[in-house]
Amino acid sequence: MKMINDQTISTKEIWKLLENVNDPEVPVLSVIDLGIVRDVKITDDEIEIIITPTYSGCPAMDVISMNIKMILLEHGFKKIKITSILSPAWTTDWMSEHGKEKLKAFGIAPPTTKQQVCHTELFHEEEAIQCPHCNSYNTKLVSQFGSTACKALYVCENCKEPFDYFKCH
Amino acid sequence: MKNQLINYTLHLADNSLILGHRNSEWTGHGPILEQDIAISNIALDLIGQARNFYQYAAKLINESTDQPATEDTLAYLRDANDFKNFLLVEQPNGDWAKTILRQFLFSAYQFYLYQQLNNSNDETLFAIAEKSLKEVVYHLRWSSEWVIRLGDGTEESRTRMLKAIDDLWMFTEEMFEPFSYEKIAASEKYGVDVSLLKNGWMKKVRDVFDEATLSIPKNVLMQKGGKEGNHTEHLEHLLNEMQFLQRTYPNSEW
Repeated sequence: MKMINDQTISTKEIWKLLENVNDPEVPVLSVIDLGIVRDVKITDDEIEIIITPTYSGCPAMDVISMNIKMILLEHGFKKIKITSILSPAWTTDWMSEHGKEKLKAFGIAPPTTKQQVCHTELFHEEEAIQCPHCNSYNTKLVSQFGSTACKALYVCENCKEPFDYFKCH
Repeated sequence: MKNQLINYTLHLADNSLILGHRNSEWTGHGPILEQDIAISNIALDLIGQARNFYQYAAKLINESTDQPATEDTLAYLRDANDFKNFLLVEQPNGDWAKTILRQFLFSAYQFYLYQQLNNSNDETLFAIAEKSLKEVVYHLRWSSEWVIRLGDGTEESRTRMLKAIDDLWMFTEEMFEPFSYEKIAASEKYGVDVSLLKNGWMKKVRDVFDEATLSIPKNVLMQKGGKEGNHTEHLEHLLNEMQFLQRTYPNSEW
């Protein structure tokens, strides 16, 4: 517990508040679900939030920083510092189980564990990705690159629906 | 020593920015929608990597000189002869085969470079390399598969790939001949001895070319000079377009 701006606040409460900040590109996920908030530090008069990008070129980082600031300002905190770090590099293993469930309900196949994709084997048979619509594993990769840096394009051979897969990283 | 670290960081940044910009020229013009998205994603990754390097270079410059720099001044306000990128990455897109081959030759290089930069004693260079390597694995796989598809594809795709090899192979040697700031970077252990990357790179290229029924050209007269600021005419044209807004309307923002 720390006194800040005449309020008593614990880092736990800040983490809780940040659950309300969503990723602008995958709005069903909060920045906590995504695993991009790495640390929260409270000093005598300042709150520091340490975040890390999903991809080097992630265009959402500026908006995410601003939204974090906004929500803290709304709750009466004035001195807020957002620090972006690159190491250790973000991985989909940091995504919460709750986040993965929300992704699936939203129609995006959640990432499997990371070991299966990060290699340079060519035309490699991937582990089957489950269709978020009909749960079939009879799915096919269309492209490793999708509508945002973090997603790949798949199509379900069973229900014939295309879908996004939040790719392992 | 700081100066050489700045030059080395700018060299890494320039390679990523210039190829990222070239790839972005395909956005909206790709052969099919999925591949338009793929090349645009790769452009985004490369420009993101460039931003990380430029931000670091700007910080170092601001610590050691009184000429303030930002990532934007470094990208938009330097002249062609200040850029330290390879001749390879500034070559015009040409057709899809040439774009693919250029990406493959460069991604294979970046793959081994970033692996080695993971041993850097410089915290920031290490962090950027660790982050970027994960992205480059996807670029390398994607471009390798396309080299194979085109090389071992139809008569037309093969003819185009052979032409691309003819146009680009001459720019490959430059990647493995260390220039002064690279030699210092390697000896000070924040950078990579690029001459040591050649064997791994060559093996990778040979494996993919074999699969694509293509062969490595022999007796090619190699071109170099980009690392020291001597570029082909193409960089000037690229910068004219990329820097136009900041040159014409200085400090404009949106």
